[in-house]
Amino acid sequence: MAELTDLTIAAARDGLKARKFSAREITEAHLAAMGRARDLNAFITETPDKAISMAGASDVRLARGEPAGALEGVPLAIKDLFCTDGVLTTAGSHILDGFKPPYESTVTSNLWRAGAVMLGKLNLDEFAMGSSNTTSYYGPVKNPWQRRGDNRPLVPGGSSGGSAASVAARIAMGATATDTGGSIRQPASFCGVVGIKPTYGRCSRWGIVAFASSLDQAGPITRTVRDAAIMLGAMAGHDPKDSTSVPRPVPNYEAALTGDVRGLKFGIPKEYRIGGLPTEVERLWQKGVDWLKAAGAVPVEISLPHTKYALPAYYIIAPAEASSNLARYDGVRFGLRVPGASIDEMYENTRAAGFGAEVRRRVMIGTYVLSAGYYDAYYLKAQKVRSLIARDFAEAYKKCDVILTPTAPSAAFAIGEKMDNPIAMYLNDVFTVTVNLAGLPGISVPAGLTDDGLPLGLQLIGRAFDEATLFRVAGVLESAAGFAAKPAMVG
Amino acid sequence: MSLDKATVARIATLARIKVADADLDRMAGELQNIMSWIEQLNELDTSGIEPMTSAVETLLPQREDQVTDGGYAEKIVANAAEPVRGVDGGFFTVPKVVE
Repeated sequence: MAELTDLTIAAARDGLKARKFSAREITEAHLAAMGRARDLNAFITETPDKAISMAGASDVRLARGEPAGALEGVPLAIKDLFCTDGVLTTAGSHILDGFKPPYESTVTSNLWRAGAVMLGKLNLDEFAMGSSNTTSYYGPVKNPWQRRGDNRPLVPGGSSGGSAASVAARIAMGATATDTGGSIRQPASFCGVVGIKPTYGRCSRWGIVAFASSLDQAGPITRTVRDAAIMLGAMAGHDPKDSTSVPRPVPNYEAALTGDVRGLKFGIPKEYRIGGLPTEVERLWQKGVDWLKAAGAVPVEISLPHTKYALPAYYIIAPAEASSNLARYDGVRFGLRVPGASIDEMYENTRAAGFGAEVRRRVMIGTYVLSAGYYDAYYLKAQKVRSLIARDFAEAYKKCDVILTPTAPSAAFAIGEKMDNPIAMYLNDVFTVTVNLAGLPGISVPAGLTDDGLPLGLQLIGRAFDEATLFRVAGVLESAAGFAAKPAMVG
Repeated sequence: MSLDKATVARIATLARIKVADADLDRMAGELQNIMSWIEQLNELDTSGIEPMTSAVETLLPQREDQVTDGGYAEKIVANAAEPVRGVDGGFFTVPKVVE
């Protein structure tokens, strides 16, 4: 049944309606693929029984001819940052040992209401802090792709490494992911799949383990732009339980895929031509420009002058918010407890044993920049820089409708590389982090291969709440690129 | 500005993370590297710039001040380390705080 795991969400939806196959058959094919690909370490928890029972319920609804949900019978995998009722939720951390939430996140509730089937919970960087999925307590995820003639395991990117790897390896038709500084788009680029971070406020954050609350957004990872449009449509929407979720109607994103970008203006930010950018990445970016021009869109040179300050500002804001959000892990209400003589010692022992090195580092930085006497010098300064970055984009959108950039400054690297220098790792997010700071939507589309056969993505950045234009342009980019390569492991 | 051992020890206490004395030097070095890289923000003149406090311009919604949820203490304490279950649903437990 190899072909069932190759189906797009759109094709599965149409085939299920036409009764060409059952939801149970599709789910079983994906569970078999999950079993064959355990070596990737993409899943922390597999939920095959739940998957079979949800697929069976889909088949019953389909047989009755009930109006099908947008994702009826579609098997999805869930990043282990989304709370799932009664199912272990770890955030990739030792400190959440044994935590089974007594509630379901809004985004996953929306997916199940749309008829989707849960395959399991996906590995990720601990508390979504990382760009290579190597900080997980549950071990690194392997990228299903390998360099031609070289079998060293590569990282899938991060933090949504399990999400991107499972979709690329044809274990899941789509996966949920979250993006705080690039955690949807960079792994999508590294694994040759599509990932969109919608506008801040588009998806509810309720029930998602918080990292940096003013930056975190949920979004889908899929194999096609159309599938991302379908899945985001089901995930998004206003939620009174998240006061930052925005009460705006969610457009029909699939209907936005008209293929027509004639006259549309796309910006090329000159500050993204950073030194040391591999020629392969630069060449692909130029190809992207040529493809959109050939489709009738018009390139415009733009300037985002504060780009180089985005990462340092991010590494004040995100750790500051994380140090506050992660204060709740204290060994009292859930997860790990390491005893101590006093309550403070119990807190300290629990948090030292429960958090990994990168999380401890960021909580310490966050605590420092918020501590008495330093707040203005660091946190307030960073919030002002954030205003400047948002203003850069506002100025740019006077001249263009979308912005085209590379997604990441490189293709996937080997597991173990860049581990000794946190700042080298942080630079993975140089093209994506500006988008989170400004609260804008961004999508990564697989657009080509490096000379040694690894996928590379191109990023489109849109105006706030204009995901529809983003999908329209992404669809054109996807058709022009004609990315059909697959990881060798799936033929 | 430099992050010395004493500062790192103070931050660790504030963050409630136990750091062994032997690790303080290494950690001071790591954090110092990151903070030095962050210092480049000082090149920017931000006088007169308002700090960005919300990612999206929106008014926070208001609601009636009502109890709309609750009544399931058993579920809440189900995930706790060493909870005490009782007639009122249960309690979290911590080491003795008051002598």
